[in-house]
Amino acid sequence: MMKKLTPVIEWGTLLLSTGTVCFFMVVILWDIISKGAPSLSWQFVSTLPKAGMTQGGILPAITGTVLLTLITALVAAPFGICCAVYLNEYASDNWFTRLIRAAIRNLTGVPSIIYGLFGLALFVQALHLGTSLLAAGFTLGLLSLPYMITTTEEALRRIPASTREAALAIGATQLESIRDVVLPSALPGILTGVVLTLSRAAGETAPILFTGVAFYINNPAGFLNQEFMALPYHLYMLSTQHQAIEQVRPLAYGTALVLIIVVFLLNLTAFYVRYKYSRHE
Amino acid sequence: MCGINIAGMSDTATKLSAQSLNLWFGSKQVLKNINVAFNKNEITALIGPSGCGKSTLLRTFNRMHDLVPDVRIEGEISLEDHNLYEDGLSVTQVRRRIGMVFQKANPFPKSIYENINYGLKINNIPAADRKGIIENALKESYIWDEVKDELQKPATRLSGGQQQRLCIARAVALRPEVILMDEPCSALDPLSTSKIEELILKLKKDYTIVIVTHNMQQAQRIADKTVFMYLGEIIEAGPTANIFEHPQNELTGNYVQGHFG
Repeated sequence: MMKKLTPVIEWGTLLLSTGTVCFFMVVILWDIISKGAPSLSWQFVSTLPKAGMTQGGILPAITGTVLLTLITALVAAPFGICCAVYLNEYASDNWFTRLIRAAIRNLTGVPSIIYGLFGLALFVQALHLGTSLLAAGFTLGLLSLPYMITTTEEALRRIPASTREAALAIGATQLESIRDVVLPSALPGILTGVVLTLSRAAGETAPILFTGVAFYINNPAGFLNQEFMALPYHLYMLSTQHQAIEQVRPLAYGTALVLIIVVFLLNLTAFYVRYKYSRHE
Repeated sequence: MCGINIAGMSDTATKLSAQSLNLWFGSKQVLKNINVAFNKNEITALIGPSGCGKSTLLRTFNRMHDLVPDVRIEGEISLEDHNLYEDGLSVTQVRRRIGMVFQKANPFPKSIYENINYGLKINNIPAADRKGIIENALKESYIWDEVKDELQKPATRLSGGQQQRLCIARAVALRPEVILMDEPCSALDPLSTSKIEELILKLKKDYTIVIVTHNMQQAQRIADKTVFMYLGEIIEAGPTANIFEHPQNELTGNYVQGHFG
């Protein structure tokens, strides 16, 4: 009897868990899409907010988020990848490198508001960058570094030792072996990590709160030394801080939908890169 | 600085040799007082049970242990009259002269053409010469006819046996003097294995070949000399027929007859 029942219970538990997760995801997506879609229009994504943000579009928030993500990538990707290459390929395995690795893993668990305060102290005040796109980008870059390092290291670790030896055995130096063989082989994994990290950073609010994001600016383009608007903060503000909350609710849903689309597009790039490179393996 | 004479290995033709070689990984001694010589244009098989140190020994000859932490090597390894670990030979020069083929075929994740071209490029062989060298290497490794129309195809799409022949082509393209092979057929089916064996026999006229194998029949089919190792020591070495038919040591006899492995 039990023999027959056990698989049913196991199967049922798994199905129920999967079902619950999917249910909430579908509900959230449905809610945002159904309520946000009516606000979506070319005018919504291409014009400035008007009349105390009760009308008009969200162009500054879109450009702000895109530029912010770009700066985050420029800060975090090169440092993160180089750091991971050093840790995985060059550093010897001793208590010191293990300590560094543990510290990096722990940094991924630090709440993002702490990064925000740290960015305020370091970039905004100590380095005199002011509350600006640059200061916020650096702060998000710092937040993303531990993720970049960890995902890149995972990608490098998946490359078998025999691949490195193949290059060394024909007279490549260690640098040549890493540059020409190991990194290209690990590229799909590295890029996936980079894109997923960036899509997470694009949705962050806390780290940019004190370092540069603004309630409202009246020009669409971000300047590095100026404050900027960003989608997550704009959404937060429209949903909780606006004086006419009911009136701007459709705009808030529209903003949420645009943010989800931006993040989704980033994820799509990751899938595409994976697909393109997996054909070579 | 000539090799030590072991059971009929003549001094004059010694290409590669080890003298009083000891190797430790951490505190564990893996190779114990190894004296061995490999003759020019001969195939020497290294046999012995798993963990006896034959792969470790093979990898000392192209300094593959260089990047391994905690490794300590004592003694001398000579390529003709150069000491591989001193004499001002850089590790890349050593590997250019002593090529290697691995247990599992490990082509680069590049095209068939690039797989060979890459080695030529990093060894500064002029671009104008490369095309001919690549074609030659592929012909020499008996894979040209199978790949000549699809040189731009990813090497990883070839069959296991083809990949291994490509890896051999990659090694011979650099015109090494010695080719080390670490169980090159252990992951292949019998048909691919016999093709590789045929190829190894043909390569003998131009190269000195040292091959690690677990396959007793393979050693007898292709090797001129055989070296039997056990627990990090060389127990017996000599012409293959002697080792298999008239072993001097009881351990050798038991091993080649398959009593342990």
